Amino acid sequence: MLVLIGVLLVIVGFAIRLNPLIVVTVSGIVTALLGGLSPVEILNAFGSGFASSRSVTIFVVVLPVIGIIERFGLQEQAKTLISKLAKLTAGRVLLGYLLVRQATAALGLTSIGGHAQTVRPLVFPMAEGAALRRYGSVPERVKEKIKGHSAAADNVGVFFGEDIFVAVGSILLITTFVDTTYGLHLEPLELAIWAIPTAVIAFLIHGFRLLRLDRQLDNDVKAALEEEKHAQTATTGGNA
Amino acid sequence: MIKVEAVFWLIGILFVAWAFLIARETTHPKRWGSSAFWGLLGLCFFYGTWVQAKTAPAWILGIAVLVLVALASTGMLGDGKSKTTSVEKRTEFAAKFGNKLFIPALTIPVVTVVVVLLAPVLAIGGKPLIDPANTTLVALAIGAVAAAVVAVLILRPKQKLAPVFEGRRILESIGWAALLPQMLSTLGILFTKAGVGTAVGILAKGVLPAGSLLAAVVVYCVGMFLFTVLMGNGFAAFPIMTAAIGWPVLVQTFHGNPAIVFAIGMLAGFCGTLCTPMAANFNLVPAALLEMKNKYGVIKAQMATGVPLLGANIVLMYFLAFH
Repeated sequence: MLVLIGVLLVIVGFAIRLNPLIVVTVSGIVTALLGGLSPVEILNAFGSGFASSRSVTIFVVVLPVIGIIERFGLQEQAKTLISKLAKLTAGRVLLGYLLVRQATAALGLTSIGGHAQTVRPLVFPMAEGAALRRYGSVPERVKEKIKGHSAAADNVGVFFGEDIFVAVGSILLITTFVDTTYGLHLEPLELAIWAIPTAVIAFLIHGFRLLRLDRQLDNDVKAALEEEKHAQTATTGGNA
Repeated sequence: MIKVEAVFWLIGILFVAWAFLIARETTHPKRWGSSAFWGLLGLCFFYGTWVQAKTAPAWILGIAVLVLVALASTGMLGDGKSKTTSVEKRTEFAAKFGNKLFIPALTIPVVTVVVVLLAPVLAIGGKPLIDPANTTLVALAIGAVAAAVVAVLILRPKQKLAPVFEGRRILESIGWAALLPQMLSTLGILFTKAGVGTAVGILAKGVLPAGSLLAAVVVYCVGMFLFTVLMGNGFAAFPIMTAAIGWPVLVQTFHGNPAIVFAIGMLAGFCGTLCTPMAANFNLVPAALLEMKNKYGVIKAQMATGVPLLGANIVLMYFLAFH
């Protein structure tokens, strides 16, 4: 049971925002010492662990091709495509983005989107613009909700899209870990295929929520306007 | 035969080449530290071949890995922000090439899948051309190289090695985080060696009614979810829950299909990532980036997807993995 201190170290280390590499290394060493491994055995474990998990770093082989197409405007072209969604309502803009994000992540193009690359400069302004067209003005509370959902569409899309691509870290972590520890032999492609059902359901659940978002925003805007009116009558009442 | 080790050597060569490019750059803010980090990482990829074959001592690689961690965590590593095209130039290129820009990107998965499908029949003199033990990885590397060639043919950059230079730009922007997945994987192996999974397994058996498959699936998926919420990523949670429940109970006792159990188990962890402030990059940074008043606003928007999706994963695993 003492070895569980290692898990606690990971939790605490990540919580206080230490460099994750240090957290992982230190808790690995502490856990191994508690588990009765000698220093040489620990070094051996780090060495053989690194050697057998090299496949996790295979994403490196796609960097040159992603890099060159970025150099020639991949992100700019993606933005042009996404901006064609601009005529829709806020919820549908986000639904369109969710679809694009998930589909491209499934092809390994996770660098196309992201909070800094697309959400802030593009997706949120477009969703907000759609709300402005619909309501005339957007109360702060509604703006918050659109912001939250803009970032959420990106996360849901990328998390449940990338696992369909074989070279993604999580798939290779699984194969490396179970192959090394249990002597199995799993092909990354087998795992990637079984990520598809969850990907479809994630799209359905989140997509359904985004379709309903427009009605929620309607209600929120109405409620915010009422509140404002009340606040106004309250102040005029006070003056009289 | 193209073995998976050849793929690791390709990665090693790329790292060493990038280290060389950095070392040549006199204006790089962390010239020598960065160059040493990527160069040593590349050498580790070569040396790993012999460690894997058990013809060289593993502790030497162990020391090298600790040196890498030390370099990365003491601020010796920096982003040289290597030269690339300006936004204006890129917009111009995007208008010129349009959707052709997606062709190289599509080449990767298409070539990968075709090579995987053809691998069983590709043979020279009765010997398979592609390592049958690691088909997907070898196919992916072939796909990536083919895609780079396609990109150069379509885009015609002035320097034929432009993909390598641009790859370095992305790698440096990722920085030390590039090493993290591999370290988390190593941590999982260390945890298992030290018996962490067994300890969690003993705790889990306390709440697990014996003989109930459904209960075991629920505990595995919910455990992945909770550990991911606590640690901020599914990578660290996976070895713990798999050693505790996934392998001994779901695969060994109930004969679940390991690929399905593990793939869906990891995705149950991803549902946790949607619901935790510990995954700061995904949930807190964007809230700051969008200047939100409530820094948990992104999590609030994601909860109602993350929790039902966890339920969906439990149902999927229960009905798909056991036959």
